[in-house]
Amino acid sequence: MKNLLLLCVLLLSTGLFAQSGYEKAMAAGLQQIKDAKTSNEMSSASAYFERIANSEKTNWLPYYYAALTNNLAGWMDETADKDKVSAKTNELIAQADALSKDNSEIYCLKQMSAVMAMSVDPMARWQTYGMEASSALDKAKKLDPTNPRPYMLEAQTTFYTPEQFGGGKAVAKPIFEKSVRMFEAFKPASDLSPTWGLDQAQEGLANCQ
Amino acid sequence: MIKVLTLFLFLLFSLDSYAQNTIHGKTTDENGNSIPGVNVYIKDAYDGAISDSTGKFTFKTSSEGPVTLIGSFIGYKSAEQYLDINKNNIEINLKLIEEISELNAVVITAGSFEAGDKKRATVLSLLDIITTAGADADISATLQTVPGVQKVGEQEGLFVRGGSAEEAKIIIDGAVVNNFFYSSIPGIASRGRFSPFLFSGTSFTSGGYSALYGQALSAVLNLESVDLPARSEFQLGVSPIFLSAGFQKVNSEKTQSFGASYSYANLGLYMAVIPQRFDISQAPIGHDGDMNYRFKTKKNGIFKAYATYSFGKQGIRQESLDSIGLKNGYRVDNANVYFNTSFKQSLGKHWKYFGVASYSYNKDNIDAKLLNDQNQQLMNIGIESLDNVNFSSIATQQMWQLRSLLERKFDGLNALRFGAEAWYNKDHADINSAFFNGETDIEDTYGAAFVESDIYLSKNLAFRPGIRIEYSKLISRANIAPRMSLSYKIAPQMQLTADYGIFYQTPERKYLLFDNDFDFQRADHYILTYQWLTKDYTFRIQAYDKEYVSLVKTDDNAISIANTNGTGYARGLEFFWRDKKTFKGFNYWLSYSYIDTKRDYLNYPISATPTFAARHSGSIVLKKFWMSKFIGINWSYTVTSGRPYFNPNLPAEDFLSEKTRVYQSHNVSVNWLTNIFKSNAVVVFSLNNVFNQKQIFGYNYSSRLLDENNLYVRKAVQPPTAQSVFLGVFMSWGVDRTLDNINNNL
Repeated sequence: MKNLLLLCVLLLSTGLFAQSGYEKAMAAGLQQIKDAKTSNEMSSASAYFERIANSEKTNWLPYYYAALTNNLAGWMDETADKDKVSAKTNELIAQADALSKDNSEIYCLKQMSAVMAMSVDPMARWQTYGMEASSALDKAKKLDPTNPRPYMLEAQTTFYTPEQFGGGKAVAKPIFEKSVRMFEAFKPASDLSPTWGLDQAQEGLANCQ
Repeated sequence: MIKVLTLFLFLLFSLDSYAQNTIHGKTTDENGNSIPGVNVYIKDAYDGAISDSTGKFTFKTSSEGPVTLIGSFIGYKSAEQYLDINKNNIEINLKLIEEISELNAVVITAGSFEAGDKKRATVLSLLDIITTAGADADISATLQTVPGVQKVGEQEGLFVRGGSAEEAKIIIDGAVVNNFFYSSIPGIASRGRFSPFLFSGTSFTSGGYSALYGQALSAVLNLESVDLPARSEFQLGVSPIFLSAGFQKVNSEKTQSFGASYSYANLGLYMAVIPQRFDISQAPIGHDGDMNYRFKTKKNGIFKAYATYSFGKQGIRQESLDSIGLKNGYRVDNANVYFNTSFKQSLGKHWKYFGVASYSYNKDNIDAKLLNDQNQQLMNIGIESLDNVNFSSIATQQMWQLRSLLERKFDGLNALRFGAEAWYNKDHADINSAFFNGETDIEDTYGAAFVESDIYLSKNLAFRPGIRIEYSKLISRANIAPRMSLSYKIAPQMQLTADYGIFYQTPERKYLLFDNDFDFQRADHYILTYQWLTKDYTFRIQAYDKEYVSLVKTDDNAISIANTNGTGYARGLEFFWRDKKTFKGFNYWLSYSYIDTKRDYLNYPISATPTFAARHSGSIVLKKFWMSKFIGINWSYTVTSGRPYFNPNLPAEDFLSEKTRVYQSHNVSVNWLTNIFKSNAVVVFSLNNVFNQKQIFGYNYSSRLLDENNLYVRKAVQPPTAQSVFLGVFMSWGVDRTLDNINNNL
């Protein structure tokens, strides 16, 4: 009897049945994102999420994270061909989109990819990519009015837009403030749902003071 | 008991980390070069890794038995390899084959100057067109600073590689525009009717253009209108010479937009202040308005409708060269209406449809009078050259066009395009003059069918063959014109392109009024281009040969056609260098063109270099933008060798042998971006011919007055003012605050 009890405790403590393989893998991936210090490590995380995504096939989340980390890796490497990075991000976004239409988080990714493509030649590309980016954020806000990320992204874009064009610190500040409040109130749909962005919002707000 | 527990624990732990086999190897492309960053993994499993900088990968997997190993990387076809995991430490290499995509393939249109916002590498951007000094935001004037386009100051139009303005066609969304430029007074160039802000894409091909277009012996300027404006806004433009107001309204889903604008131009004040070379009888006055409506269909298609109208009048009086004390008065009143509706839509996964319909109406009321010094009209003097000055006409031109194009995309950038178009031109004129009194009517129905294909033999070699078949009812003739383009990518950013084509053009209708049994004019183009293009630099060299046959030959007065036995040639070398990086904040380009051209056409007694071809032309265009102050300064310098002019004092064998002096012009413009009354505003100032250099485009000779050497008297053809100045403020109030403007990653 005591042995049986010990056995049960041992079984439970291994945590073997606490999480499914998928959830463990995703949690490990999210940890990889936190730990990634170089562009290569971030690319590694992206490839990792992509493998999970291709294996699962019906879940939009791993594609989402694969796209997110691919985009981040592109910014972390100054020598990266931004058009190539954006093309890959868009491929992953398309997969996520096909599995979860009208998803606010995915529309945030669309904005981020458009911003990267625009950065290649802003003078020539602001007309189309600028439009794409702001349309995507508008849609993201509509699809989930509680999502703080579109506002954080909007604040960032506004911060970098010159004052002469309606941007700058003063205009960005209230948007950052709003996003911070929204982050604090946000309730993610699951443990694996996106929750990132509070750090960027707070940093952005600090830069506006 | 302990033994059982230990065994159990051992089993538990081994369940968690059961047998792991290592898979390792290298990823390479088809040439054996390693590819870093490839995602190598077991199909339908999570296990895998990305290849390192040397292409090597290694990972552990718990899978066993037969599996599929996949290697994927953007720009390459995924590689799949069967693998039987039956032992530890398996080595397997993967070879990936590159996919042909816009990111890595040779560019077929390398010979043209493209300015589009989504293009991978733009040579000229929309902003370039608006800010090039000396151009005053006129597209054709900006193009005069790129190789192949001749600087012709006294007449509007694109004079490309020894061709006259009629040999270049300007196209908006696929439809040829009949009157792209405002009606002008002979000797004074007018500007284009369309603001560059209407267009999101510009493609200028100075020769060898695609089978999709025709009826232009020299070149094609392809303008693509903006799909949907970026935001709702209200605009105001203020300047001593015009006032304009307009609005654009975009709906919140950004699927529909509607806009209208109106502008009033009056150069009266300007001409009173700035001395003009001519006596002004009617300062240019113009009323221009436009309306546009656009909507996006559900499946990513777009419908655009655009309408513009314009009323203008201007008049000058010039001293007569044929009689002292008399003047030639010339006045033109113009009314112009233009409609353009276009539709593009994807059909299924591979097809795309482009359709356009347009209508244009143009009416020129020309009144030329011989005047005495009291500005009274003199008629029937008895001297032919003086009586012929009295001329009035009301001429209307109408053009209807319909065009459809279908595009089928295949794997790897291969494509097929085919379509057809029909034009109907109807001209009418009422003429009242000493040598002709009456009405003229002429119409032409033109039809064309075309097909072309983009064939990528590899990512480094692309071939674009095309055929165009044309028919003109007026001259009752048809033709078949082949076009082809071969592009070879020598190295990552370097390519070589060869273009060949036959180009036909119906003789101008004004020559066909009384007899129309003539053949198409024809030009054969042979062009070789070498280009090195990166994000920051463009270097291009082009060599070309144009052979003209069947050009119009007229009587001595250049009024009625005699035959189409005229011939000509144009050969040259052009060079273009653009640098956006070397000097911080400076953006500049240099262009140089050399041309050797002669033709025997119209009333030429011999084959000679035409007046619109200068042997050497060069431009330096500089732009500097201060991000901190938001001021941009633009400078341009254009220099060309002398242009031939007609001197009646010389015998026929010396026809067009004399040349004007070298032409030079330094131009400067300043753009200051600021906020005025809460609008995004641009203040523009420009000064042309900064150093007041004497510019002579040619000479007009008297037909009867002689000087002390018994030579016909002449007068230089010069710009209406030695220097021209412009000052204006353009303001726009937007509704959408988050428009991403020029740069958010400075």
